[in-house]
Amino acid sequence: MNDSLGTTGLILNEPLLWEKGKAGRCGFSLPKRDVDPSPLSRELVGDGPDFPDLSEVDVVRHYTRLSQWNFGVDTGMYPLGSCTMKYNPKTNERQASIPGFSGAHPLIPESLCQGVLQVMAELEVHLAEITGMDAATLQPAAGAHGELTGMLLIHAWHQKKGAQRTRIIVPDTAHGTNPASVALCGYRPVPVASDDQGILSAEAVAGVMDEDTAGIMITNPNTLGLFEENILEIARIVHAKGGLVYCDGANMNAVMGMVKMGKIGVDVMHLNLHKTFSTPHGGGGPGSGPVCVKKELEPFLPVPRIVKQEGRYALDHDRPDSIGRLQAFYGNVGVMLKAYSYIRTMGPEGLKKVSQLAVLNANYIKERLKDTLHLPYDRPCMHECVFSDKFQAPHHVTTLDMAKRLMDYGFHPPTVYFPLVVAGAIMMEPTETESKEDLDSYIAALKAIAEEARTDPDLLHHAPRKCKVRRLDETAAARKPCLAG
Amino acid sequence: MRYLPHTQEDIQSMLQAVGVDHLDHLFSTIPRDCRLKEALDLPAPMTEWELNDHMDALAGQMPGPGHQAFVGAGRYEHFIPESVSYLLGRSEFVTSYTPYQPEMSQGTLQAIYEYQTLAARLLGMEVATASHYDGATALAESLLMAVRITGRKRVALSSLIHPLYRQTVQTYFAPTGYDAVELPYLPDGSTDLSSLSQLDDLAGVAVQSPNFFGVIEDLQRAGEEIHKTGALFISCFTEALAYGLLKGPGAQGADIVCGEGQSLGIPLSYGGPGLGMIAAGKAHMRKLPGRLVGKTTDLEGRLGFVLTLATREQHIRREKATSNICTNNSLCALAAVMYMASLGKTGMRELALLNHDKAEYMKSRLKQAGFAIPFERPTFNEFVVEFPKGFEETRKRLLEKNIVPGFALKDFYPELYDHYLVCVTETKSREAMDALVREVAA
Amino acid sequence: MKEISELNLPEDVRYAEDHEWARIEGDIVRVGLDDYAQDQLGDIVFVELPRVGAKFQKGDEFATVESVKAVVECYLPVSGEIIGVNQALEDAPELVNQSPYADGWFVEVRPDDLSEYETLMTAGQCLEKLKGAA
Repeated sequence: MNDSLGTTGLILNEPLLWEKGKAGRCGFSLPKRDVDPSPLSRELVGDGPDFPDLSEVDVVRHYTRLSQWNFGVDTGMYPLGSCTMKYNPKTNERQASIPGFSGAHPLIPESLCQGVLQVMAELEVHLAEITGMDAATLQPAAGAHGELTGMLLIHAWHQKKGAQRTRIIVPDTAHGTNPASVALCGYRPVPVASDDQGILSAEAVAGVMDEDTAGIMITNPNTLGLFEENILEIARIVHAKGGLVYCDGANMNAVMGMVKMGKIGVDVMHLNLHKTFSTPHGGGGPGSGPVCVKKELEPFLPVPRIVKQEGRYALDHDRPDSIGRLQAFYGNVGVMLKAYSYIRTMGPEGLKKVSQLAVLNANYIKERLKDTLHLPYDRPCMHECVFSDKFQAPHHVTTLDMAKRLMDYGFHPPTVYFPLVVAGAIMMEPTETESKEDLDSYIAALKAIAEEARTDPDLLHHAPRKCKVRRLDETAAARKPCLAG
Repeated sequence: MRYLPHTQEDIQSMLQAVGVDHLDHLFSTIPRDCRLKEALDLPAPMTEWELNDHMDALAGQMPGPGHQAFVGAGRYEHFIPESVSYLLGRSEFVTSYTPYQPEMSQGTLQAIYEYQTLAARLLGMEVATASHYDGATALAESLLMAVRITGRKRVALSSLIHPLYRQTVQTYFAPTGYDAVELPYLPDGSTDLSSLSQLDDLAGVAVQSPNFFGVIEDLQRAGEEIHKTGALFISCFTEALAYGLLKGPGAQGADIVCGEGQSLGIPLSYGGPGLGMIAAGKAHMRKLPGRLVGKTTDLEGRLGFVLTLATREQHIRREKATSNICTNNSLCALAAVMYMASLGKTGMRELALLNHDKAEYMKSRLKQAGFAIPFERPTFNEFVVEFPKGFEETRKRLLEKNIVPGFALKDFYPELYDHYLVCVTETKSREAMDALVREVAA
Repeated sequence: MKEISELNLPEDVRYAEDHEWARIEGDIVRVGLDDYAQDQLGDIVFVELPRVGAKFQKGDEFATVESVKAVVECYLPVSGEIIGVNQALEDAPELVNQSPYADGWFVEVRPDDLSEYETLMTAGQCLEKLKGAA
């Protein structure tokens, strides 16, 4: 334990914002008043919000201290499955904050905004190329938003054909956003089980596909980290009955330059710029969920479309078949600038290398840990692998206990209890930006924890010990919610 | 390559551990007919220095220093303190994940709890969520929430809600079978609620204030009319700063408040990311979409924060979730709380007054120059002005001088053909306003 | 979590497939969630109950029970009208964990057809089913 990455040190307590400050303080440089006050009817005027008054020093110390309670990718490894917590390049931040981009209002004439429109137009082309599709929209704000967009596109496509269907097939390994997006679009999710190899069989899909099914929503590679090997046949079965294939592209990091989704039967898919394309997670967002489509779905894409007319970029709203708008403006441009910078930095060979090394890292972890943690599918994996807590069950140590103990060792825990098809699932995705020595350190930590499970289970039941807080009472938080101070 | 740490030795050693000869063999489970034979057709990689030059050149084709855009319409130019940008750049905030493991995410969790609190206080409501994508999607989600709560199937929206918000609502509602009706507006630039009594099965009625014309609506009266129908009153906004000065929607009977928080420390950034805000009373807490941070204690009695009421969300409730939202706009919420903390009660009031007073100055100067202000009702920092026929020429001339004199309403309100929505925030000096008036009057 | 032998399955109630229990009390039927279900769920944080006056058929979803990380739908074991709901669960959902057959009751039903009660499992049948599934 002396060699453990995780250690304790001096971090500072910090009260809540409104427990600080003094009336009259201000941390903002108020602009000079160069006009006279103008009266406003007393009925319209409120008391103003009850905010604390803080100096700049108050605010800076407050948030500096809070940040020190956080773990980030810059601190250490985050092997969260299907999250692709890769390193966030700093040059991306520089590009997104160039004043010409950050200061641009979305409703000023396009003639004044050629630079950002070019970035967006080129990004659409690059994402379509990477996925093997014909067109892209950058408007969705996140992956789930992209999923909704995809469902709406499928819905519109069927509507145009004059027949509305009511079902979408959703595999049992699907991320929770998948059935939620299906339901938001008024469809009923129809489950299909993965086989004992952890993938979908063509027979299982054929068994549920019918003429009332609008399509299937697959994730490839799936959330077990396995490539859906039967995808060509599955797509054929769905297409034969007039359905479309949606692919949740959250796991694209495994197959860039290796597979083009558009060539293996996918009609529409989303990407997560904050996963595969290195934009930061920001503690929960903002992300960006562009959607790429085959030609036949292009007319339905959200407006506006970026077009090039006589060498100039413009926004085209004249799309009668469009599903409309998914948000007020054009998407999370600040995030797009970072993803664009990443693609321009890596180039085609670089992106292929990313996928190769992501898959190498995951397989390395899988091989080195499979005698320590139970591996339900002992097969080559893609960029992530799934273990379970079966070996530790005799010691009454759970996935949760091991996850909490991993924090003491200086690592963010992997994804736990997902996918649902594996009881006590532990889903690990190291990403390609982790070095061999960091992987070895992580593997050593898990081996030490497995040993602790044998010799001192109680240590794990009460982990973590070194974080700013111990395990939190989530029951009380849900029974008597206190959501504001 | 600086983000890929593997040396050749590393790769060889790891391939050996995996039991494979070559990186390509790791992909053996991918059927032959699925595998790409050719390379991706993408531009060659750039060095950091080439990328800087490339992006600087593209940014050079954007509005530069001296650019004056008197445009709001859902996205507002406000000063952002350097301290906020600086704090927001701390990588423990930027590069962290959603705080599902609270013990190593107390920074994000306390900050978002603080954001929820200040957002609720700003709007005069009991509970605010941890963020949505933008004001438009927040409105769509709020209307769906009203349907969930009441079990009714129709909503009504003022036609003075931002046109792009209404379009977004139409997109969300299209496959649901629920009905969305638009309410007309009165000659004074406020919403006409008189048709409400003829609508039945109303789940929620939404009114924006200040509305798209910048006019401050009588939310108290609107709430009273709406509640007579048994529907929920949804109060919507695009300019969060207005509530530094104006009476809040919570104090005027709103059941759900939703809107855009971009004004609170988030740059224009060509329209995104934004900050969707939703707030409601505790009675409706469990029907809210999106994440919520709650206060609790740890097993040694220390104060701590966790994500809570997660059974509403997609990762647990799946197809029965209150929303499909997973990734939200957390870092933007963080920017907002840092901004609100920097301004404080005193600063917020003064800044909002400055916005109002500067816009009023501009309005009076335009009136003096002979331009018509069609809606006499009080406004906050935006208002509608009618420019004369042939204004297009003046407009082109102004664009060449790097000035954008407002947003043309004709595409959204064809009956207001020569009308423009002019926005004045604290970023517009008296000189700049005088210059604009001089130019348009010429 | 409890072993099957540790479960409390009283004889004076009947059990439905999804672990709701029902007990005849004079003219009404009282309904709740059995010991197995509350134990599996863990700490219960919220119970959503129907309104008084709501009518359901046997097998209709009438309530949901939430722990921190799970939600379970409950199906009414007998058709009828809800004539009483346990308001105490609003402030103290933990009553379901502590006293599933007494203070943790969910609803009182005016039953349409008492013969439906006879089709529910006895304590013995419920125990056998649990053992069989183990």
